[in-house]
Amino acid sequence: MFEALAVNNISITYGKLQALKDVCFKVEKGELFGLIGPDGAGKTSLFRILTSLLIPNNGTATVDGLDVVRDYRQIRNRVGYMPGRFSLYQDLTVEENLNFFATVFGTTVKENYYLIKDIYRQIEPFKTRRAGKLSGGMKQKLALSCALIHKPTVLFLDEPTTGVDPVSRKEFWGMLKKLKEQGITILVSTPYMDEAALCDRVALIQKGEILKIDTPKQISESFPHKLYSIHSDDNYNLLLQLRKNPTVYSAYSFGDTLHVVFNEELTADNTQYKEIQPTIEDCFMDLLKK
Amino acid sequence: MKQFLSFVKKEFYHIFRDRRTILILLVMPVIQIILFGFAITTEVKDTPIAVLNPVKDDASRQIVERLAASEYFTLVSEANRVEDIEKALQKGEIKLAVVFYPDNILHTGEAAVQIIVDATDPNQANIFANYATNIISQWAIENQWNNSQLKIVPQIKMLYNPQMKGAYNFVPGVMGLILMLICAMMTSVSIVREKEMGTMETLLVSPVKPIYIILAKITPYFVLSIVNLTTILLLSVFVLGVPVAGNLWLLILLSLIFILSTLSIGLFISNVVSTQVAAMLISGMALMMPTMLLSGIIYPIESMPEILQWLSCILPVRWYIAAVRALMIQGVDFIFVVKEFAILTGMALVLLGVSLKRFNVRLNN
Repeated sequence: MFEALAVNNISITYGKLQALKDVCFKVEKGELFGLIGPDGAGKTSLFRILTSLLIPNNGTATVDGLDVVRDYRQIRNRVGYMPGRFSLYQDLTVEENLNFFATVFGTTVKENYYLIKDIYRQIEPFKTRRAGKLSGGMKQKLALSCALIHKPTVLFLDEPTTGVDPVSRKEFWGMLKKLKEQGITILVSTPYMDEAALCDRVALIQKGEILKIDTPKQISESFPHKLYSIHSDDNYNLLLQLRKNPTVYSAYSFGDTLHVVFNEELTADNTQYKEIQPTIEDCFMDLLKK
Repeated sequence: MKQFLSFVKKEFYHIFRDRRTILILLVMPVIQIILFGFAITTEVKDTPIAVLNPVKDDASRQIVERLAASEYFTLVSEANRVEDIEKALQKGEIKLAVVFYPDNILHTGEAAVQIIVDATDPNQANIFANYATNIISQWAIENQWNNSQLKIVPQIKMLYNPQMKGAYNFVPGVMGLILMLICAMMTSVSIVREKEMGTMETLLVSPVKPIYIILAKITPYFVLSIVNLTTILLLSVFVLGVPVAGNLWLLILLSLIFILSTLSIGLFISNVVSTQVAAMLISGMALMMPTMLLSGIIYPIESMPEILQWLSCILPVRWYIAAVRALMIQGVDFIFVVKEFAILTGMALVLLGVSLKRFNVRLNN
């Protein structure tokens, strides 16, 4: 048995820019694996290497036990890939896009309809509409349908929820859970930390390097400090003050509150600070600080 | 095969859903051929002229009548003084004037006729002067008015294009131009569009063989080129009155080879550029300009500096136009265009081979 994905010391450079530096990780079959990192962290480069679109300068990678450079033809038969940018034909209708990709992959919409039913049903009322005229959420659903239509063994989703409204994002993750139940391995990247908690395991990636790989729960639990949150009417000035304070280890703005870590134990009279459970984002910020 | 057909279908959707593409593909060729055939022409037609004829004898009158009756000239004024003619030329009212000098032709056996031409455009002036001279000498021959002494008057015969119609020259050129434009530009743009829109990424990560992607891309343009070829030929025969003197099937075969070679050029362009604008610029500037200037459409290749003549040899369109002229206008046998056929076939094969080999199965790093 092979792992669904095995990445060994992958490096790639564009001119002088090193986009990926000795990246290693493994993804088990049927796992929903998240790549979490900001824009420019190297997520898209990694996806393109794994889908055989780019050749790494160094290292090897296998998908379903197939080498991404040598066996690229076979890999292209079995993976599903949804690029970060909407990459379907805008001047073709929803139905035409789906039929086209089904034929290209040597199958029919009918044959694998059960796989995309939940997703496609939502856009089916608009099947005669041109893909370019769909909303962001509907575009993503169509793109996912097209990437799934040939029943891939591994599904690569590059930032599928970027530019999608919160409700559609939630729906989208619901669909991924269902696909996982079908035994499809999913590698998904996202810049949204809150989505990390929905993955089986996540890799935190920054500037082409993987900082940490673990389950979301363990990543949160591994946070080495006590974390407090504070709220005020002028968060910005408070943040500046906190950062000047030598007893403060770190302070970040987090929604409408501030998350603060102190170098020493807080005294009991500081009631405005509430101790909270760290999230993945807190861990990410902490890792970046090191 | 099913993959391929669905690919071609998709390609036709792209073409027929974009009004601009349709306009460029199907309407522009018709407009171009009509424009080149009728409006943009070097033919002499109804050129305004004036005569100054103080003699007013039968001979000079007959000559004036002939000039006025020819379709090349229109007599706009009969001047009384030389100054009038000068003024009319300056105002641009006339392009040519014929002046008779008062020696009675029939009595003295000598005559002086002066032709004054506006030579602002020297080429045209030459043509005007030639036509006028021809008409006058024609009259002289017919009236055997040189009975006293023997004169040798050269008789010029215009072969293949006896009426010197401009369309005869332009039709082969426009055929080359239009096919070049459609095949090279539209193919390269349509492939580069997939790169730009990111759909190429999706296509590459699919089991479709790259060769199918390429073939599916060029098939619709190949079909449309044949449609265009048919329209152009029909228009030139029935509207412009340019006959197909030679073998029609040879002409079609030649055109298919040429279409293949320009499609390959389009493919090649799409390999080297990554934006639609760049593809347009390259096919526009690097292909259209040399095609217009170096292939003999506007300037005859023979009168170019030697280095440009050499340069023109690498353009498929030069060989195509030369062969179309030979086949369509001169009506020669296959044996006389073997060279052009061989060169075009060779170019098509090399270009196709190179662009297929260069087609990237991955993204450019």
